Amino acid sequence: MSPGPKTVQPLVKVEDIHTYYGKSHILDGVSLEVGIGEVVGLLGRNGVGKSTTLKAIIGLVHPSQGKVLFEGRPITNLPAHRLARLGIGYVPEDRRIFRLLSVTENLRTGLDRRGVSKARKAELLEKIYGYFPVLAERRNQAGGTLSGGEQQMLAIARAMMLEPKIILLDEPTEGLMPRMVAEIGQIIDMLRRENVAVLLVEQNVPLTLEASQRIYIIEKGVVRYHAMASDLRINDAVIHQYLGV
Amino acid sequence: MGIPIEEILIQTVNGIVTGMILALVASGLTLIFGIMDVVNFAHGELFMLGAYVGVIILAATGNFWIALIAATLLVALLGAAIYLTTLRPLLGRDPLYTILVTFGVSLVLQNYALWQFGPAARKISEPFTGQFTLFYLAYPWYRIVIALLSAAIIGALWLFLKFGTWGIWIRATTQDRVMAQAMGIPVPWVLTGVFAIGAGMAAASGVLFGPLVGVNHAMGVDWVLKAFIVVVVGGMGNLAGSIAAAIFISLLEAYAAIWLDPSQAVIVSFVVLILTLLFRPTGLFVSTPR
Repeated sequence: MSPGPKTVQPLVKVEDIHTYYGKSHILDGVSLEVGIGEVVGLLGRNGVGKSTTLKAIIGLVHPSQGKVLFEGRPITNLPAHRLARLGIGYVPEDRRIFRLLSVTENLRTGLDRRGVSKARKAELLEKIYGYFPVLAERRNQAGGTLSGGEQQMLAIARAMMLEPKIILLDEPTEGLMPRMVAEIGQIIDMLRRENVAVLLVEQNVPLTLEASQRIYIIEKGVVRYHAMASDLRINDAVIHQYLGV
Repeated sequence: MGIPIEEILIQTVNGIVTGMILALVASGLTLIFGIMDVVNFAHGELFMLGAYVGVIILAATGNFWIALIAATLLVALLGAAIYLTTLRPLLGRDPLYTILVTFGVSLVLQNYALWQFGPAARKISEPFTGQFTLFYLAYPWYRIVIALLSAAIIGALWLFLKFGTWGIWIRATTQDRVMAQAMGIPVPWVLTGVFAIGAGMAAASGVLFGPLVGVNHAMGVDWVLKAFIVVVVGGMGNLAGSIAAAIFISLLEAYAAIWLDPSQAVIVSFVVLILTLLFRPTGLFVSTPR
């Protein structure tokens, strides 16, 4: 891993994690950090372990070796539902919205938590519907009847109901029309303004370089390159070397 | 041969009454299947244990309604314990394992009841004995009350699933267990809770139905067999489908009993099962794919 800039105060710290799927070694010692309110891009070709890294952070995959720290606390073997309540939101690659639940019910899966007052719940819902007016229009519609772009918005909005400190975004622009891709960029900006950190896995390199502050590039289960996004924006050679684009 | 209108009406009432009880048994079964893909072969024994707990508490308190509520709660707790000790360790394994385990639990419970209570049937007396005249029959009010109570319990379950936070958690977990976890839903507790609710519903139907038949250690077998038919015909894991199928099959059997011997009328439900499996294997009452 090439030397790169260090974050001051890591929110999430991944230390040398290894995971296996059957006999194949998926992650071969991944280490990375995301600071408070920071947007970090995770680039790499298909099947190099980007999604698995996100799953290891949210506890859907348990690493056989290595550590994950959240606000300095080890969280490596906690179940996903505890991590979500701690403040880690997850927006998976295929969105996985609850298709038979209405839009509001989808949001309530994250909203109905202990310790959130009725007034606070109403306020959060209003805020989210303010950011995503199209979801407000369709609030009583079943999630499965939404278009691809609307489902992506719902998946992000649903994660935001947890009032997370970080959102793990897995290929949010996959299969979306160009207009929606631009909108996803704006949503990431909005999250940054809300001081929500984002760990963004993407195939769309320009969007990732534009939206992120720092970039990690993964190859065969290891972080090969780490730099400020601003440096990579003017360095096509690195992008070409690792991503072939 | 004329059409025996009076008999048909009487059998309609009978079919609906039996159908509602069957729906109560089957809705617990289908809820458990829908959320955790567990085919619970011990469901009939939870029904039977509910009836026995009802017998004991009725003898101690003399109050049928206390017996009904206490049996429901106690068997729900037992259901949670059974889930935690036998099914939870097998989560994610091939369904064959859970079938073997629930089958084993059913044998244990059945033989426990035989050992503890003996082979002679016990009787739960009806909470009231009033009758009304249905054509030439003196028809017990209690049967009507059973049907209404079963409908009320199923209605309460529906409201619970539709509007409560737990209802949303249960439905979300049914659709996508992994994503439910990632949204902070305590999935292990949801699964335990659903198993307990299913067990409690089986127990409630056991107590309600107790006065109509004797309570003995094998009483669950017939019911669970029929409940399985209902669950398959209604569409596995589909609550509304199970209720419709329970009433549909019970009505068919009741009508068949006008012309056939009651023991032959049972064949009707198997014929429906076979036809469903042949021509609509996803269930007769499924409109939207799950």
